Order: sequence, then C-alpha cells, then structure tokens
Amino acid sequence: MYTQGKAFKYADNVDTDVIIPARYLNTPDAKELSLHCMEDIDADFVKRVSKGDVIVAGWNFGCGSSREHAPLVIKTCGTGCVIAKSFARIFYRNAINIGLPILECEQAAAEIGAGDEVKVNFDTGEIKDLTTGKSYQAQPFPQFIQHIITSGGLLNSLKESSTMKESYTKDV
Amino acid sequence: MGMTMTQKILAAHAGLEKVEAGQLISAKLDIVLGNDITTPVAVREFEKAGFDRVFDRDKVVIVLDHFVPNKDIKAAQQSKTCREFACTHCVSHFYDVGKMGIEHALLPEQGIVTAGDCIIGADSHTCTYGALGAFSTGVGSTDMAAGMAAGTAWFKVPSAIRFNLTGQLAPNCSGKDVILTIIGRIGVDGALYKSMEFTGSGVRTLSMDDRLCICNMAIEAGAKNGIFPVDAVTMAYLEGRSKRKPVVFAADEDAAYEKVIEINLSEIVPVVAKPHLPENTCPAAALHDIRIDQVVIGSCTNGRLEDMEAAWRILNGKKIADGVRCIIIPGTMQILRECVERGWYTAFIDAGAVVSTPTCGPCLGGYMGVLAEGERCISTTNRNFVGRMGHTRSEVYLASPQTAAASALAGYICEAE
Repeated sequence: MYTQGKAFKYADNVDTDVIIPARYLNTPDAKELSLHCMEDIDADFVKRVSKGDVIVAGWNFGCGSSREHAPLVIKTCGTGCVIAKSFARIFYRNAINIGLPILECEQAAAEIGAGDEVKVNFDTGEIKDLTTGKSYQAQPFPQFIQHIITSGGLLNSLKESSTMKESYTKDV
Repeated sequence: MGMTMTQKILAAHAGLEKVEAGQLISAKLDIVLGNDITTPVAVREFEKAGFDRVFDRDKVVIVLDHFVPNKDIKAAQQSKTCREFACTHCVSHFYDVGKMGIEHALLPEQGIVTAGDCIIGADSHTCTYGALGAFSTGVGSTDMAAGMAAGTAWFKVPSAIRFNLTGQLAPNCSGKDVILTIIGRIGVDGALYKSMEFTGSGVRTLSMDDRLCICNMAIEAGAKNGIFPVDAVTMAYLEGRSKRKPVVFAADEDAAYEKVIEINLSEIVPVVAKPHLPENTCPAAALHDIRIDQVVIGSCTNGRLEDMEAAWRILNGKKIADGVRCIIIPGTMQILRECVERGWYTAFIDAGAVVSTPTCGPCLGGYMGVLAEGERCISTTNRNFVGRMGHTRSEVYLASPQTAAASALAGYICEAE
C-alpha cells in the first residue's frame, strides 16, 4: 500500500483545535466536519488538498483534545498520510483506530519542502521525496498495531480476537 | 527493577505479575467514560461494528457537559443520541441537564471513580482521576466504543517522570500554579507518552482539589497520565463517597524513572501561560501591562469548590473593573448549590459577574463566552491554542482562580495579594 501526492508543511505542536475547531463539533458527520479541516492555521487547505496528498509537520502533531474528529477530517479530506517528527499520544491512537496512516520520521519531516511530490510506502515505511530525489526510512509499526490496521481498525480487530469473542458472547 | 505506581495498576488490570515500559498489554477497565461530543461518534462505531450491548452497564459513564443546556439544534441532536443510547443500554451513570456536572469534576465528587481503578475516557482530561491514585487516561471515540463492548483496552506500558514535591504553597498560589510551572519547565511534549508521578513530602500539603487540577493538566505536557500516591487526604476524600472499595497501589522503592524533577512548592509564584501554548509561562507579576476583556473562572481544571471559594474571597464586596466581563461556572450542580447556600452566588452577582450552570462551553469556544477578534481573556481553563475560545485573533491567558479573580478587579493581569 502506498500514497503519492504533494506535501503540506506545518510547524511543531499542531493542535486538534486548529485541525478541527470545536465550534464545528456540534455534528459527528465526517463529510460536513472535513470542510473545516486545518481552517484556523491554513484557510486554503481544504480547497488545495487532493486525494493522496501528505501532511508533513514537526514535533507533537495532534496535541490537545481527544477528539477523534481530528484524524477523521484529515482522512476524509483525502489526505493519504501524515508524517511528523512526533505525534501526541491520543492522536496517534485515534489515527490507528480509524485507519489514517501516520509515520514518525524526524529527518523526512525536517527536509521535505512544502509542495514537494512525496511517495510513501506503508509496507516498508519508505518515504520518497520525488522532487528532491531523497529517500527516508520511517519506524515500522509494532506487530500488534499492524494487526489493528490490517483488520480495518480497532473494532474489527477486536471482533476477530478470541478474548473478545469470549467476553462478548458470554452475555449474549 | 521495580514498577512505578502506574505500572502496578496496569499489571493488576492485565492479570500480570509484572509489566515493563514499552510492553503492549490488554487491561480490564473499571470505568469507560464519554461526553456529548465524543459519545455520538462512539455510538456510531459501536453500532456499525454490530455490538448490541455494553459489557457492564454500571461501568459505562456518559455525561452531557460540553454543549448543554444545548446551544443549538445540532448539539441537541448529539445529546439526543447519547440519551437514547444510555436508555437502550440501561447505562447506570448517565448525567443529563439538572444533575450533570463537568465530567472531571462530577465523577470524583460522585464517587464513581476511586483509587486503584483503570479508567479510559473519550476526553483528553480524563487523566484528572490520577489524583485519587487511579490509572486514568484520555482516548478517542473508537477506543470508547471498544471499551464499552469488551471492557478492555490496549495500552503501551508507559515509563515515568517522577516529580519530587517539597515545601508548601504560598496562600495566593494553588495547584494550577504548580502544573503551569511544571509545563513551563518541561514543555508541551515534555512528558509525551509517559506517566507523571507526583511524590515527596509536599504531597500531603496539597488538597484534593489541588491534586485534581494538577493531574487534569498532565495531558498539556503530553503525558499519558498523572498520578498521586494514596494518603490520608485521599482516604478522607473517598470516605463515604466512593461507590466501590478503593484499592491502594504504591510504587516499588526501586521503581525505574526516566528522570526525577525537583519542585519546591514554597518557591512557586502565581504564573500565567501566555498565548498560544500552555508552556509559555511567566510570573503574573510580569504581565501588569496586559489589559483584559473577559475572565472565565471554571472548567474541569478549576471549577471545584475550592476554586469557587478562592474567587469569592477575592471578589466578595468588590467590583469587577469596567469593561471586563467575568463569567463564573461552578463545575457541578452540587458545587453550584454550595455557592448558593454559602452566599457566594450573591457575592459574585454583586461584584458584577455572571454565573452559569455547569458547562465546558467557553473553554473550547463552544458558547457562554466566545471571544471576538482582538479580544483577550484570562481564564482558569486548560488550553490557550489559536482560536481555542473564539476568533483566531483572540487571546487566552491561563491562570489560577486567584489570579483570574484578582485580574477581574484590576482590569489587567495581576496576581492576588
């Protein structure tokens, strides 16, 4: 699996309030919410983003609120992947749980320029900046997390696992 | 090598003798929490995956607190989704308008969470309950849905930073000044993925409300959880309140910590976090030239009884400065009632403040105090990100209730005497 598209570049500590401002959280509808993705730091993001594009950011991406709406709007906009130097822990968890590919790679996050054409291979963790010709290697996911991703999200992986079947069928 | 307090609670809930940092575990949950923003998404995922009952109706807690009484039709629709789900699944702890409170003020107050618990909540400030000696952490809606279905959650066992507290706070300081000082020192990702374990001789001098405030903002340093040891203050708080028997865990003497940070409470001064990050701290005394338009005293960080008392002590018999709007929000109906009975509510009104029923409203720019372009607010809430309380060109300064109340009287940022 891979994604390819142009890079949107942001600084450190991009918080969930700018990814999706709370004033829009009166609906759980992902399509409606996604019209406001990144609105408070990049008003044109939604107009410019195309399917497969990549967000590249600094340290602590997704800090702040636990709102799952944040990775959800990024995914719904068509963004193929987020590359950052590091992720805030709830955002990291949420992205995996809903199936938004994210990669930690300090060097790629530092060197990829805004607008560069980027290709990311999720199976190998290879990030390629096609504009500069440079390649980077991201940390692969632990097996446990890969299982969640390949199952199609947390709830599906839970239904597959035997412990889940046990605890779920016990009372049914 | 021994285990930290957090690791011991996680090991017990994973049915393991021992866990170590970095290990992936599946832990049994004592409480799964959601609110009116995060629960509707969890309900959708829960139903989409085909689950038709919750693992334990007594262990699921749903609190309507962000946008209630509902601010608009869409918010009302979200509350309705929560209400119907709670009714369908006979959720024991469902808190609607009239008996709700801001979730992280309400759950400790009602004894729903207790020492030794393993708790997840679809709200980032779920880390608050570490003050009671519980492992408690914020997650997203899908984790909430999985928790409601299975009663378990996966965790990567965190390493820890130990904060050794000594001394005692000055009267014009509170837990808020402690946690803002710490975040200012270590940064907004200074404890990323880690536990913040608070220990030392200074712990016993901190009230439960101070501890709840300190743990509440552990997430603002990126932490997985914050946690205090269980002592006489904890047991006195839980006595007659806790609906389940508290279980006391303590860190091993040879527990491994990534580092130890010394905090002398006697040296803490009233601090303010300037826009637009909670780590941008400086003494309130250095900001006397910052004029303010609005003051908010409340939230899951500082809407408890001691916070209301601190505000009352400063505002009682005085007048809020001309041109300043002061919004006071007691965290729960019980706290609101106490404010009425003790005469504080009247004192707030006489000072020129407005008092709201419990809501998260202004903290996240929802309603009940949204800022216009160029406006500036000093607030006892927990985040000062761009656009957090309204317009992207408005500003939020984070502070303690003492500092916020003193600033309301002055019209500019200043510390209480």
